[in-house]
Amino acid sequence: MEPLMALAIGLLYATAIFMMLRRSIVKLVIGLMLLSNAANLLIFTSAGMTRGAPPLIPEGAQGPIGAVADPLPQAVVLTAIVIAFGVLAFAVVLIRRAYEIVKADDLDKMKDTDT
Amino acid sequence: MRPEVALPVIIPLLAGAISLLFWRSRPMQRFTAVAGTAALLLVSLWLMISVYQEGYVVMHMGGWQAPYGITLVADMLSAIMVLLTGIIGLGLAIYSLSSTGPHHEKFGYYPLMHLLLAGVLGAFLTGDIFNLYVWFEVMLVASFALLILGGEKAQMEGAIKYVTLNLLASVIFLTAIGLLYGMVGTLNMADIAQRLAVAENQGMVEVLAVMFMVAFGIKAAAFPLFFWLPASYHTPPVAVSALFAGLLTKVGVYSLFRVFTLMFDQTMDYVQDLLLWGAAFTMVTGVLGAAAQYEFRRILSFHIVSQIGYMILGLALFTPLAIAGGIFAVMHNIIVKTNLFLISGITRRLQGTYELKKMGGLYKERPWLAVAFFLSAFSLAGIPPLSGFFAKFVIVRAGIEAEAYVVTGIALAVGLMTLYSMVKIWNEVFWKSLPENNLVPESPAPRGDDGRLVKNTLGLMYLPVAVLASFALLIGVFAEPLTTMMLTAGEQLLHPEGYIEAVLGNGEALLQSALEVSP
Repeated sequence: MEPLMALAIGLLYATAIFMMLRRSIVKLVIGLMLLSNAANLLIFTSAGMTRGAPPLIPEGAQGPIGAVADPLPQAVVLTAIVIAFGVLAFAVVLIRRAYEIVKADDLDKMKDTDT
Repeated sequence: MRPEVALPVIIPLLAGAISLLFWRSRPMQRFTAVAGTAALLLVSLWLMISVYQEGYVVMHMGGWQAPYGITLVADMLSAIMVLLTGIIGLGLAIYSLSSTGPHHEKFGYYPLMHLLLAGVLGAFLTGDIFNLYVWFEVMLVASFALLILGGEKAQMEGAIKYVTLNLLASVIFLTAIGLLYGMVGTLNMADIAQRLAVAENQGMVEVLAVMFMVAFGIKAAAFPLFFWLPASYHTPPVAVSALFAGLLTKVGVYSLFRVFTLMFDQTMDYVQDLLLWGAAFTMVTGVLGAAAQYEFRRILSFHIVSQIGYMILGLALFTPLAIAGGIFAVMHNIIVKTNLFLISGITRRLQGTYELKKMGGLYKERPWLAVAFFLSAFSLAGIPPLSGFFAKFVIVRAGIEAEAYVVTGIALAVGLMTLYSMVKIWNEVFWKSLPENNLVPESPAPRGDDGRLVKNTLGLMYLPVAVLASFALLIGVFAEPLTTMMLTAGEQLLHPEGYIEAVLGNGEALLQSALEVSP
């Protein structure tokens, strides 16, 4: 499973970077979306993809019995998904407002604040 | 229970929530802004006293012992940063009462300001690497919204660059956390530090160190990753610019200090040259960029970049003295840079523009403002006896002791170039007479940053400027006790055993038991 995930994650990162290098701001945001997904999958994979029971402690026991899944990366990924969702919602609104105000979808036309 | 570690985060969150409740009531929001930041300043003083007496103050959130729960830790560096944030927060809240117009206030300026402060303070105090990421995001989301407050064209353009590059940095940071967790199986920074020291795959540790360096390098605006900063910092309302200039990049610098002294100190052989030359190029490109500019806030933005170089140089030299110098530079820069932005807001109020060519004559008109600018600007350039001189002096001395002559020479030359930029502003804004084609009315109607008329409350803008300018002088006068404090912080950073023990309690035994359980 890991090699397959590694390939998928690598592909996601590559696609995301490619999209972010395009001039259109819509594609830029799509790139950002893919990038955060890639990072989430990476956390999930690098924490170890072992089959295991839910990490519940049976009644009366001092700890979980047998092999259990590590709950921490799942909590981490969940948090990261929520954060990415919020930030992307902002980014989508931002590009819409930017498009309305600058009247262009092209990053090359947004150079006034550089230099 | 050590409430003073948690309160600096809780107070701004609470103040933000209260100002959200009073969304429609402008007076109430303004009152909460000042009251909340004043309470924050008091608590940060309390924290400073506790840390000064005990060295480390630790609180485990929810009673979960480290490394299982999230830990808030304050050492000397954290306490210094929290105290500075408290000072800047109160100063800016007072300044905003006058500078931010009613239209911006109506769209949630104050709640966002509190949220931003909460994010910054959380990042300074957390002892958990993933929690650090979360605070970074809290800070970023608040800064995004503040940056586009008002929604002008330049703000939109600046925001797209700012948002993209900062999100990219966040994802690199998150990726590094994921890989780190895969290696060591913990997120508590003290615990990570112990396990990385005995990790088998040191090559991977170096890769992670560089990933953290890139992520925080973008946030700190270090060369060659700083492009988002000069493209966006001059676009928002001036109080927002000042807040960003004072605090945001410093959170990146703080994280670099924390991560490279605590977790990746064994990779220093490998990354030292990268940091050292990164610092040198940051100083030079920043100051050269500023030399080409003729807009008040753009010049100052490039100087932020240049000053970041000094702080990273302090880290890169990696001796107690150098790190003390780096922290001194952070302290001096937060005070002085914020103040320069605040002054640019006052001159804009008086003359209606940020373009140096269109301004002039303020020395005659507002001598005390000129004095405040003089103190801040020449402190930035490192003229004795002001605060910047001692920051530079400590770093340069550490550089000579470490025999890094080339970089030290660059640091000194950059100081000279900084002086050039500051003298340029001085000449254009204060010394030369007002250009004849700029028709400033005798007493211009005061307008907030949203362009609407406000009451003439210039005094509220002068107050923080005067206080911060006197700090620039006082830091110079009390340089010795302050340097001793910075040296304590430097010693603590270079001997992370104290930090680890404060967080984990009897760390040795815990690590042993952990290693026995893991396969």
